[in-house]
Amino acid sequence: MSNQINRQQVERVAHLSRLDLTDQELDLFSGQLSSIVEYIQKLNELDTKNVEPLAHSLPVHNVFRPDTPRASLPTEQALANAPDRVDDFYKVPQILDDNSGA
Amino acid sequence: MTDHLTVFKLKQDIAAGRVKSRDITQAILDRISRYDSAIGAYLSVFADKALEQAKAVDDKIAAGQPVGPLAGVPIAIKDNLCYTEGLTTCGSKILGNFKPPYNAHVVEKLLAADAVILGKTNLDEFAMGSSTENSGLQKTVNPWDKTRVPGGSSGGSAAAVAAGLCCAALGSDTGGSIRQPASFCGIVGLKPTYGRVSRYGLVAYGSSLDQIGPMTTCVKDAAILLQVLAGHDERDSTSVNTETAAVPDYLNALEQAVTGLKIAYVPQFIEQAEAPVRDAVKAALELYKSLGASLVEVRMPHFDYSIAAYYVIATAEASSNLARFDGCHYGYRSPSARDYVEVYSKSRAEGFGAEVKRRIMLGTFALSSGYYDAYYLKALKVRNLIRKDFTEAFAKADCLMMPVAPSTAFKIGEKTSDPLQMYLADIYTIAVNLAGVPGISIPCGFDSNRLPVGLQIIGPTFSEDKLLRIAAMFESKTDYHLQKPAL
Repeated sequence: MSNQINRQQVERVAHLSRLDLTDQELDLFSGQLSSIVEYIQKLNELDTKNVEPLAHSLPVHNVFRPDTPRASLPTEQALANAPDRVDDFYKVPQILDDNSGA
Repeated sequence: MTDHLTVFKLKQDIAAGRVKSRDITQAILDRISRYDSAIGAYLSVFADKALEQAKAVDDKIAAGQPVGPLAGVPIAIKDNLCYTEGLTTCGSKILGNFKPPYNAHVVEKLLAADAVILGKTNLDEFAMGSSTENSGLQKTVNPWDKTRVPGGSSGGSAAAVAAGLCCAALGSDTGGSIRQPASFCGIVGLKPTYGRVSRYGLVAYGSSLDQIGPMTTCVKDAAILLQVLAGHDERDSTSVNTETAAVPDYLNALEQAVTGLKIAYVPQFIEQAEAPVRDAVKAALELYKSLGASLVEVRMPHFDYSIAAYYVIATAEASSNLARFDGCHYGYRSPSARDYVEVYSKSRAEGFGAEVKRRIMLGTFALSSGYYDAYYLKALKVRNLIRKDFTEAFAKADCLMMPVAPSTAFKIGEKTSDPLQMYLADIYTIAVNLAGVPGISIPCGFDSNRLPVGLQIIGPTFSEDKLLRIAAMFESKTDYHLQKPAL
């Protein structure tokens, strides 16, 4: 495992994160993330072979409730913060190209 | 009328009709107008709504109707808690115009208790930071020295309480964000046990670590507020129900010292802090000893790994939580986005600040194919070892004591260029969130620049009642909490 995050990896992670970063940001983050990741390698000093991972500090169980219908947020309220809308829908740029549809 | 504001005194005065909530609310609003332009604690102030809430309480009292436990008390809330009044920005441009369609559970609780909500306080963007310098909207300074940070991420709430710009405030704590600003601003800050307070309506950062808690001028006020906030809420499936842990009466027996108190401490944790912090914490332990407590030296061999584990776990959770900011449903959308991918990638690039981007990237990296086992899974295993350190310490003592932060409030801009240096300053607070246990910061001294020092007291899960009693023992023998900054 490499201690460094190179520029190429930072670009890949930016893509996975859907962050359209500038060249300047990519350079800055390459350096900063490398030093942070290098610090995190410290965890490898510990032997965790027989240790269970702990995702939650308290035991967490599935919580069920009766499957009865109840009111949800009214449409107008749900759409009130939408950056763009048309009628009762969120409006976004076209996702499928014209000849990909049925 | 706004000198030495406390919740317990004010609620009594209001309930007895000696003080009108409208008058005290107006007096605090006047202080905000006068002082907050220099401090920057508030992102928004709801003057009309607050006065309306205050008048409703005054009318109820005049009519002899029963009122709630916070009747007429003016309170500020951190701007990552949803409130249908005004905006909830999280200190971020991406939520710069967000109007929540519902109230957070804790906001419902405050309103049901007849509190007056003054406004929303500044924070590091999405609660990611230790100085409030990461706010995308505004700068907040420390009321004790305006060239210094108030701490973070609940820096606005801490500054507002310290400066008397509210009677008490709510914060949230993912890695120290209540306790560290409380320490830097000389107030009391309590992070409850994970699950004690519902997170419904708290904008999520690290969901397995986030917890809401009170920030107040004294221990008794923290007890009063926790009583209102604590309890089960079915809308947060990690909130704890009564069978697991009933909510005790936090005020009852608060004044009663814990007899046979055993305090665990790790000598090098205290020694490695800067001298003024080290000396104040040592003096605090001596005071407890003089009150009959015994000190138990313990080892916590995995504590030193908590920053590394935290910055994997918290950022992994953040990268997932913040995926919801897609430029489609709510929040900012880039006007230059040409297709749906750019709606995501440009809106997020333009809407998030540098620290949020850094943490999303780090978390995405730790969860990405090929790195998951080496980073994320490894960090979860280390988390288990850290919790074990606490369990073993609490087998030998009632509580643990240590500093809250290695130093007093640092200068604005001092740590912003090196994120890792900023992270390393979280050393004393972060392990508490990983273990899910409660911790409180109380004022325990001042350095030579008259900057406050905090003492951190940590207890086993659901021991808030005892923690508050232990804190009250110290407070009753000292006057650090009564000292106020000159504005």
